[in-house]
Amino acid sequence: MDNAVTFAPRIGDRPRPKKNYLNETKGFWSWAGTLDHKRIGIMYLVGVLFAFFLGGMFAMLVRLALFSANHKIFLGILKTLGVQKDPAEVYNRVFTLHGVIMVFLFIIPAIPASLGNFVLPLMLGAKDVAFPRLNLFSFYLWVTGAVMAITGMIVGAIDTGWTFYTPYSTTTDGTVTLMVGAVFVLGFSSIFTGVNFIATTHKLRAPGMGWFDLPLFIWGIYSTAIIQVLATPVLGITLVLLMLERSFGIGIFDPRIGGDPVLFQHFFWFYSHPAVYIMILPGMAIISELIPTFSQKTMFGYRAVAYASVSLALVSFIVWGHHMFVAGQSQLATVVFSALTFLVAIPSGVKLYNWLATMYQGNIKFDTPMLYALSFIVLFAIGGLTGIFLGTLATDVHLTDTYFVVAHFHFVMVGGTVTAFLGGLHYWWPKMTGRMYSEFWGRIGCGLWNLGFNMTFLTQFFLGSKGMPRRYFNYLDQFQPLHAFSSVGAWILGLSMFITAGYLIASLRKPMDAPDNPWNGTTLEWKTSSPPIAHNFEEQPVVEREPYDYRPVLAAK
Amino acid sequence: MSTHTESAAATSPAHEHEHGGTKVYAFTLLALLILTALTIIAAGIDFGQGNVVIALTIATIKGSLVVLFFMHLMWDKPVNRIIAMAGFLFLGIFLMFTLLDFSSRNNYLPANLRPVPGMPLAPGTAPAGEVLHANPEAAPEGGEKK
Amino acid sequence: MSTTSVDLESHGHASAHAGHIDDPHHQHHFTTMEQQFDTSKLGMWLFLATEVLLFGGLFVGFGMMQARYPREFVEAHTHLVRWQGSLNTVVLLVSSFTMVLAVQAAKKGIRTKQVLFLSLTIACACIFLVVKYFEYAHKYEEGWLPGRFYTYQHDSIPACHPKLSGPEAAAAAQGLTAAEAPCTNGYATFFSFYFMMTGLHGIHILGGIVVLTWMLLRARRGEFSAAYYTPVDLVGLYWHLVDLIWIYLFPLYYLIQ
Repeated sequence: MDNAVTFAPRIGDRPRPKKNYLNETKGFWSWAGTLDHKRIGIMYLVGVLFAFFLGGMFAMLVRLALFSANHKIFLGILKTLGVQKDPAEVYNRVFTLHGVIMVFLFIIPAIPASLGNFVLPLMLGAKDVAFPRLNLFSFYLWVTGAVMAITGMIVGAIDTGWTFYTPYSTTTDGTVTLMVGAVFVLGFSSIFTGVNFIATTHKLRAPGMGWFDLPLFIWGIYSTAIIQVLATPVLGITLVLLMLERSFGIGIFDPRIGGDPVLFQHFFWFYSHPAVYIMILPGMAIISELIPTFSQKTMFGYRAVAYASVSLALVSFIVWGHHMFVAGQSQLATVVFSALTFLVAIPSGVKLYNWLATMYQGNIKFDTPMLYALSFIVLFAIGGLTGIFLGTLATDVHLTDTYFVVAHFHFVMVGGTVTAFLGGLHYWWPKMTGRMYSEFWGRIGCGLWNLGFNMTFLTQFFLGSKGMPRRYFNYLDQFQPLHAFSSVGAWILGLSMFITAGYLIASLRKPMDAPDNPWNGTTLEWKTSSPPIAHNFEEQPVVEREPYDYRPVLAAK
Repeated sequence: MSTHTESAAATSPAHEHEHGGTKVYAFTLLALLILTALTIIAAGIDFGQGNVVIALTIATIKGSLVVLFFMHLMWDKPVNRIIAMAGFLFLGIFLMFTLLDFSSRNNYLPANLRPVPGMPLAPGTAPAGEVLHANPEAAPEGGEKK
Repeated sequence: MSTTSVDLESHGHASAHAGHIDDPHHQHHFTTMEQQFDTSKLGMWLFLATEVLLFGGLFVGFGMMQARYPREFVEAHTHLVRWQGSLNTVVLLVSSFTMVLAVQAAKKGIRTKQVLFLSLTIACACIFLVVKYFEYAHKYEEGWLPGRFYTYQHDSIPACHPKLSGPEAAAAAQGLTAAEAPCTNGYATFFSFYFMMTGLHGIHILGGIVVLTWMLLRARRGEFSAAYYTPVDLVGLYWHLVDLIWIYLFPLYYLIQ
């Protein structure tokens, strides 16, 4: 197997431009002060991948700690490092940091800020996003939040879990205020990105591009931006209230001074449930690009998928109580939230069926991006369905706060979003870097990813339904074999990531010879060179056809 | 090229705003001041629960005047109107569902906890041994053991 | 999707038939100044929506705590001075009026009126802050402070805040049922919210004064006209939102008694 392109050679006789967005200007400040959305996207990409690596290292530590019931290896490591703290307390900090880094530093910004920033204006036929300076400011907010979070980690870390539940978070020691402050800053980075993308989608479309000519990636990013703008401010105020409660005892969340801890959970989950849709919608957006392209067939039910994206964003705001079924919420509210949770599953299902219908009788190409897309469909289906088990009250009482929940959200976030992110990364890699990676190693990486992922997390469904609680350091011996199996899976998962990083970085040493349109895509980013010139298009593209119009391809058969 | 300033004017944003004007703004201010006086007077009269409703209703009318006339939303594009409404709508959703929870709670202490003298219970809490039932007829005689 | 393309000169400036844009404020990724203006306005409305939700969270918290401590909140309200709140309301309403006149003057390019109305708006904002200062100072004297700083000694109400509880509190509560014995929790919480909400609002007023002053300086230089008055318009929108928030704060804090 080689990395030969399996599609038609590049369209047009246009010679490769000598200057592109990467080499047009040089020097540190040309990047640090750039207003080019493509460069900002690349900087974000480097940042979030670093965060992914950091969060992944903490994940490896978690699985190392849980490998055996007596935690021999973990205790050995702590002893070697000279850590005095109680190992269980260290463990609490490790899983908390894993969660905080992965959620706030990696997965919420990842697809929109890196791939979205790069691709969105290109797909719209625009020169840049609506507010380039705001875009750069968003990036520096992300960097500030990252620095604050890493400082907090080094100085004392926190053990509250990424959900910061009160009254523990208002009374425990550790750098809660600093970490919470970091998340506050990251929240504003997210808000401003959302503002930028909504404005860009509304106002900077190419001539002839109506709303229903937009690629579905745009619909997904646009829906994500709606959530970013409307939900994140509530997180902001929640974190402010938390910091004030901790510092001044204002009496809102701590019951000893008259507060209500469940109120904190309402505040927190009003943002954090829509936040999980900030995580998955961009992933689905990528899949909606990959499936038609690698089936060389137009998207089935384009409007249904577009409407599903927006309705998913809107309905996500009315189900947050399903995280609080056993927290002390009233029975009436519990029942209402459970019923609404069933509603929110519908748009996801609509998308899934439309992707499958698109593939039907298509000319499927099994390149690496498509392999990730197919993985997404399977893994997200499992993740989404297990969410229904958790939304059903009777089963949730048994499954809540067990490993079943852990498995569910890792299936949707990692099996869903990260898989899609990897697919998108491989798909747009030639566009961003001008090089093709090794298809052989790409398939190896994807295979190991699937193997490692399922070993790790499918096991955890069983762990959870058998009663293993989440966030526990000590566990009964009967869970040992499943934990060990899951840990080995995690190391395979980690290995697959190193391999992927390896061949992607190796591809950067090759000459820039990727075609403009290696995958025969129909969206506008494939009409410009790989990598694009600084101002995206030589000539302003004008749109005259429907999206995903593969009719010439099909007619030729 | 003589077309420079013309084309600049033709594409400038000013030409669309024929609406507004000092008179409209002055009347809006007058209405706002009258409503302010009204709400202050109404606060002096005891309507019981109605006081909150009246105060918030007048506040909403005042707010609408500011948004529609001072902020120009009356004559603005639909997309800006939708954005403004969305902000309030989703705030309303947050408020409504949280209120739904709080207003339908049955707070009672577990049977093995006794109230501490000097430490009042949370509002709506019944002391141990006394179970609050949504349906009083269903309460068994002599209290219930949990 | 097949595309044709419109031939443009480099850097995207429209070619002769579309009108060359020589406005110094033109940003290259927009085709017309109108598009640029509309986009800026849309962005500003999005930002205002986020502010509504940010403050709204505090309103929700206040509402829940009021439901939890209705008696304490109603009694604590009496310590707020109604005429001061009313004066501030009127001042902000007038400042909104002067602001919209300033935007109108910017649109017409009348420099003197821009300077006048922007100055008046800033003056009103400063009056607001002065009145606020007096309110805060009075609270500080009396000990009506947020959370653990709350030191006001009620005659008959025991303090149940951990820092203030003790034998005196327990003794004071003797003979009273739970319903009869309110404690300072609700009071301290009320003033926590009072300071948080008016404080955050005050920070927004301060920020408003800063940007208004910046607009004033630019207006004096004659930067704004029919062709370009976007910044004043956007600052105006922000200022009206600050007024809008106060329109809701005022009755909730000063009028519910």
